[in-house]
Amino acid sequence: MDSITIHNLKKSFGRHPLPAVDLEGDFAVGKGELFGIIGPDGAGKTTLFRILATLIRPDEGTATVEGLDIVRDYRTIRTILGYMPGKFSLYSDLSVRENLEFFASVFGKDIDSNSDMIENIYCRLRPFEKRKAGNLSGGMKQKLALCCSLIHSPSVLFLDEPTTGVDPSSRRELWENLAELRDRGMTIVVSTAYMDEADRCDTVAMMKSGKFLTVDSPSDIVAQFDRRLLSVRSDDMFRLLHDLRSMETVEKCYTFGDTHHVTLKDGADVSVDGIAGRLGSEYGHTGVTVREISASLEDCYMNLGDK
Amino acid sequence: MKEFFAFVRKEFLHIFRDRKTLLVLVGLPTVLIVLFGFAISTEIRNVNIGLLSMDDDISITRLMQKIDRSEYFTYVGKYASEAEVDEAMRRGEIDAALIFPAGFIPAMFGAEGAEMALVVDATNPNNASMEVMYLSRIVYGYFGDEMAGSGIGMPSDMPAGGASLTPNLRMLYNPQLKSSYNFVPGIMGLILMLICALMTSVSIVREKETGSMEVLLVSPVRPIYIVLAKMIPYFVISCAILLNILLLTIFVLKVPVEGSFFWMILVSLIYIILSLGIGMFVSSIVKTQIIATLICGMIFLIPVMMFSGMLYPIESMPVALQWFAQVIPAKWFIEAMRKIMIEGVPVRYVTTEILIMSGLAVLFFTAAVVKFKDRIE
Repeated sequence: MDSITIHNLKKSFGRHPLPAVDLEGDFAVGKGELFGIIGPDGAGKTTLFRILATLIRPDEGTATVEGLDIVRDYRTIRTILGYMPGKFSLYSDLSVRENLEFFASVFGKDIDSNSDMIENIYCRLRPFEKRKAGNLSGGMKQKLALCCSLIHSPSVLFLDEPTTGVDPSSRRELWENLAELRDRGMTIVVSTAYMDEADRCDTVAMMKSGKFLTVDSPSDIVAQFDRRLLSVRSDDMFRLLHDLRSMETVEKCYTFGDTHHVTLKDGADVSVDGIAGRLGSEYGHTGVTVREISASLEDCYMNLGDK
Repeated sequence: MKEFFAFVRKEFLHIFRDRKTLLVLVGLPTVLIVLFGFAISTEIRNVNIGLLSMDDDISITRLMQKIDRSEYFTYVGKYASEAEVDEAMRRGEIDAALIFPAGFIPAMFGAEGAEMALVVDATNPNNASMEVMYLSRIVYGYFGDEMAGSGIGMPSDMPAGGASLTPNLRMLYNPQLKSSYNFVPGIMGLILMLICALMTSVSIVREKETGSMEVLLVSPVRPIYIVLAKMIPYFVISCAILLNILLLTIFVLKVPVEGSFFWMILVSLIYIILSLGIGMFVSSIVKTQIIATLICGMIFLIPVMMFSGMLYPIESMPVALQWFAQVIPAKWFIEAMRKIMIEGVPVRYVTTEILIMSGLAVLFFTAAVVKFKDRIE
């Protein structure tokens, strides 16, 4: 059964010519699925979350959460929904415990009867129970926010960029927590700008300019990558980027960590050594290494925008 | 209901955690009442008077002595010409001058009567008009006695005589003309508006600004309860401040409460609720704290000072502004409080004010509820 369905959702703001969210066709998120929305800043992720969380009405199209219409049944949806906005939105002047108690009672619950859901996350916060939420570290704040959005045992959880501004180890913990929640049967929709996190999702939607470019499992997305991909290094990386882009067989070149990734045009009949040789002789690069590699999700994302 | 009380508790925590704001909220009314009650006063004192007289008549000298003896005026000295009086006024030596033409005293006893001039520095129009009032009272009184004493008087056969008219002024309700009588209701109107309207709207808008409103909206609590829960702590604080102001007024400023205590409190409560409604309405139409502050400050607080009759009498404003003053909620509160507190009239004379305030409260609450969005569009 589908937990969330989307049909032709569209939302524009003011006189802005391009809609913030413009999803054509039907999309669905299954029950108990960890659904990731990956996209750069300004892709429309937050707007989409707000529409699904009943905070904004779409201009066109419909969507349902657990079979309930996001416009008509918004009151019912709000009782089964957990929502964690991208911006830290708890009360900085209240303590950790007070924040949690407040959000529990907002949903008519108390902490003790609902503690099993959050125990794994809250155990890390317990030493800081009396501290003001505003004085927590970034990772702790996000953990607290997650606890607060889970305290009423929602059946669907929306997390808008929960790992932005959080250190790598806290990020890993957070994704482990999400995986546990998913295993309990909770539907989770999470957005992120970090490609490396997308691998942890069951399904990934790549979003750009308000549109889903592709929706598939991470492994299928990678499997569908049909270009040849090279990883190139030399001693002068900055000039190398420019030079690679000027080569006629190269379709696209972008930096990837400490190397440059290059996709080759369809039917370009060049070997790895051929490119390395040309860079050395024709462009005068030293220390050139060229390797043929298999694509990661980020490579797929970088090459999606052109379609 | 449990959810609602969780909200109320949270709001109290917010307020008590923010000690400085709380201190300002409670301290400000005390400071203002004491300031307006003692330091800032529209009563005139130590007004310097000059004299220009062409004759050296003994009765004019005696008049100046009488003026000098009053607690308001000090006789500075005699000047030889109008130019000198003018010069002295420019230098700030004198604030007012009496000018008697040559042959004033004989003319006064004549059939035509006599004329004298009263020159007042009207840089501050309020003070000037009060000085004129006081001075002319003294002058009238003095020459009235003088003529009666001389036996010429103003019997019925000489009604046209200049000095024959003796105005009999009586200051009702505030015989000593203490300005605190006027200011206390004004300060109450100001402070209660400040706390209820401004603080409520800012605290609601803050939730929008920090993003917590987003989280609260995505909860089963009806958003309108979120807003109502915000008002309760400010309502409680306002009541405490009301009590504080009343105690200060009665025991420190010694302004007697002439009318019914019950109705005075009731009128104040209606005004508090009205101000809360304004705060809620403002918060439902704006998105940032700074705009909420500006709207409350500019549209609701400053007009309280200008148009509520606290500083300037409404009756002396241009007609358009008089109409504008009618929509200032504080104007009705201050009028009602003056009537009950100072004049001590029965409540049926303030029914208009009570009805208008109740009507405005209903209006603002309805508008706020209609405008309140339970989405963030």
